[in-house]
Amino acid sequence: MDILVCVKRVPTVGGAITLTADRRAIDTKMSGFTISPHEECAVEEAVRLVERFGGAVTVASLGPPEAEEQLRSCLALGASAAVLLETAAEIGPIATADALYSVATSGSFDLVLLGNEASDTGDYQVGIRLAHLLGRPVATGIKAIVVGDDGASLTASRTYRGATEAFTLPLPCVLTVKEGINLPRYPSLPGRLRAKRAPVTRIGVPGPAAGEIRMTSLRVPEAPKKQATVLGHSSDAVPALVGVLTEIGVL
Amino acid sequence: MTVYCLVELDGAGVADAALRALTFARGLADGQASQAGARLAAVVFGEPPEADLARYGVTDVIAMTGIDGYAPQAWARALAALLDAPVSAGPASDGPESGGPVSGGPVSGGPVSGGPVSGGPVSGGPVSGGPEPGNTSAGGPAPDRVPDGRVAVLAAATDRGNEVLAHLGAITGLPMAANCVAVSPAAGGGYALVRQRWAGLLLEEALLDSPVALLTVATDAVSAQTPDTPPAVSAEMSAAVAPTPAAWESAPARPESAREAPVVRRASASVSAADLVVRAVETPSGAGGASLATARVVVGGGRGVGSADGFAPLEELAALLGGVVGVSRVVTSEGWRPHSMQVGQTGTKITPDLYLACGISGAIQHIAGCSGAKYLIAINKDPSAPMMTRADYAVIGDLHEIIPALVQAIKDRTERD
Repeated sequence: MDILVCVKRVPTVGGAITLTADRRAIDTKMSGFTISPHEECAVEEAVRLVERFGGAVTVASLGPPEAEEQLRSCLALGASAAVLLETAAEIGPIATADALYSVATSGSFDLVLLGNEASDTGDYQVGIRLAHLLGRPVATGIKAIVVGDDGASLTASRTYRGATEAFTLPLPCVLTVKEGINLPRYPSLPGRLRAKRAPVTRIGVPGPAAGEIRMTSLRVPEAPKKQATVLGHSSDAVPALVGVLTEIGVL
Repeated sequence: MTVYCLVELDGAGVADAALRALTFARGLADGQASQAGARLAAVVFGEPPEADLARYGVTDVIAMTGIDGYAPQAWARALAALLDAPVSAGPASDGPESGGPVSGGPVSGGPVSGGPVSGGPVSGGPVSGGPEPGNTSAGGPAPDRVPDGRVAVLAAATDRGNEVLAHLGAITGLPMAANCVAVSPAAGGGYALVRQRWAGLLLEEALLDSPVALLTVATDAVSAQTPDTPPAVSAEMSAAVAPTPAAWESAPARPESAREAPVVRRASASVSAADLVVRAVETPSGAGGASLATARVVVGGGRGVGSADGFAPLEELAALLGGVVGVSRVVTSEGWRPHSMQVGQTGTKITPDLYLACGISGAIQHIAGCSGAKYLIAINKDPSAPMMTRADYAVIGDLHEIIPALVQAIKDRTERD
């Protein structure tokens, strides 16, 4: 089973988000970078499927030249090939799907995995747009994958409003997955060494496409500036706590 | 303009998230108050709860038939057909005084006068044509109802809403904006919108240069509200509407904004076999009880809980309060609780009346998941933890001491009563 996993380099956001002076990007001078937890799980899931059924994992990322760092992390986890779609500017979901389409059609992938949404832009659509370009079925938000005995289909399921929704898809297909589908492994030492030496294919991507939504500026929503009322220390605060619970109507 | 809103059902009623999306959608349609022709059409796959929809001010209800269950691409295909032939406020193509749509026909008896506030709608039949092609305002719009060509398709930013609208974007080639918190028409025929990035930790202001907008509405963008002036209800609906209109009568009559009963139409979705390949088979999950996303009370536990066993008092408290337990990411990565209980950016976004966060420091990815709580109470040893400074109420101390004491106090109180 040959699998393509698409990942995105995003800043590691810790205590608070600060913006650049032009308010068009996150100030990343002080931050590290990572991929979304959903995508870490997508890589892990792909590696597990290949360990079980054979084949290879290719990982692709659209981003700045520095996204090589994230691709090498994925290689260390067990991917065997990496493609970097290099772009200078932030690119919208339509153009991203177009660029990933070129990678997805460069090999014969049985499965394309993405995160359910990128943790930064949160567009919730690249996987679906890619599937439509490929003319393949797609399911999103997946928390479990079971490959059919015939190897020609899989069942992908998720939880929705307290019920399990299962989708059966013929292969090849596209899935977007969510954190919780597995617990990703830590990279092994041999994995890290292999990742250092592995080649990364670089492909240039044209700039933002027309017809996308145009970001004009970013802002951090004002946190409701309220002063927490301290009800007290330790179990001495319990009567006051009961009072508050009664007041707000949960008791 | 015409605003379509995909309305998800929850049992026989409208899902909470869909009520919020409808409220948001009505804001967009009403923002066009100068245009008497602005329509708000609820699109329902299944049997539409007409009374609920009427209360939320929809002018049209489109009941989609022909698709069994949830098939995201097929749902999107059906919405795409609506965009090809939008509901219009102009007369139907078969004549300016047309008494009904060409096909389908109204499910309810059409608007019937007799609403408690307004005198009800003027004519006895639906004024607009059906969603089928060839049934648009080809007969020429009425002079006071000039459609401006703007069309928006909205859905709640749930798993399904985002998924269906992304499919719709792919089918139509149009951009789709997920998790919007505000939208307004902009000069030049497009829209100015504000949407969430980073699960709401960051807001993006953006322009959409298209008269057709595909948007999902962040689940915490607005709270569900019925219009201040109630919709007029048709005779057969009024029986189903509760409470009785008594409450409405105290509201000042504002005939200029009085609403007509929605026109209900059935539309048969035309989909291909390929659209139906991916279709949900639903089974109730074993979990039972209230779900995290919709719980009214969530008791949260984080690193401070210390172990898998440490959750027992939190679970007891949650049960006493009629709520559920939610956890922070560290708890699921430690394997203390399953990921399905995780609150946060990559877990579940919660909107309870009360979030009682115990031993949770408050990483911003967690805050992103719980900022929709009406009241936030934090219990933590560290008074400077972000969760403590963000809370409405804070208790400083060890949760292992405080929670059992609280549980006992609630039990004592119950026994006294």
